[in-house]
Amino acid sequence: MKSGIKLSLTRRYRFSASHRLHSPNLSDQENERLYGKCSNPLGHGHNYVVEATLTGPVDAATGMIANLGDLDPFVEREVIEAFDQKNLNEDVPEFRKNVPTTENVVREIYRRLSKFPAARLERIRVEETSKNSFAYSEECEGEQGMTERGAK
Amino acid sequence: MIRVTRKLEFSAAHFYHNPDLSAEENRRIFGKCNNPHGHGHNYVVEVTVAGEPDPNTGMVLDLKELKDILQREVMERMDHRHLNYEVPELAGQIPTCENIAAAIWRILEPQITKGKLDRVRLYESPDLFADCTAEPANGAGGLA
Repeated sequence: MKSGIKLSLTRRYRFSASHRLHSPNLSDQENERLYGKCSNPLGHGHNYVVEATLTGPVDAATGMIANLGDLDPFVEREVIEAFDQKNLNEDVPEFRKNVPTTENVVREIYRRLSKFPAARLERIRVEETSKNSFAYSEECEGEQGMTERGAK
Repeated sequence: MIRVTRKLEFSAAHFYHNPDLSAEENRRIFGKCNNPHGHGHNYVVEVTVAGEPDPNTGMVLDLKELKDILQREVMERMDHRHLNYEVPELAGQIPTCENIAAAIWRILEPQITKGKLDRVRLYESPDLFADCTAEPANGAGGLA
């Protein structure tokens, strides 16, 4: 393979979940002021889209950075089974203490998928709705908590 | 610097098979993509050119010129073709998203004379795409 170019592969996945934005460190009034309708005690839900971008050498035998036959079941096991049709606050241990904002969701998904053994995870982007998306990448890791926030 | 992106769509057949591997290994690695009769996709290509707008025209490059280049270099080569057999730039390679994106990059790069080719994004489906960009100066994440 000639040098001079860089390739990445991006795959999109979906899950649906409910959540509530509420910090136990704040008063009910402060929660209400900060999170507004997202703090509704009964929760609400979204159809989330997860975009996973992988980089690494293209295997000459397969022509692939990562085989979807390996990647899809890994993502299914690590993220979709844990998040889909769940209440993020109640059912995902990491969100018992951390507020399940999409900033925190994208970092948690990055943490889980960075263990994929066959390629390097470059970036995770999560669409909470078609108008809001959040991205987290390796370069953000040095800067604690830095997440790209995009809104249409 | 401004990035200008033009999109095109082509439809083509392909299948995944490595002649150096056994039939059983091919089936294990490539699954249903190994069907020797092939299958097809509506591929979408996003070609991004980066540069400073020409003060006389306000354009990085004339999109009509880019459209003509894409028609000649990508559509005529790949649309309604079998990627395993009919595209010389993919000969001897498995026509994965990664390899097709890299092939389109190599075909287009010398053709873009106003601005610089910045990215080729190739969608095999709305949920799967490969990006080809210039290797970063530090060499990180390059090809094997």
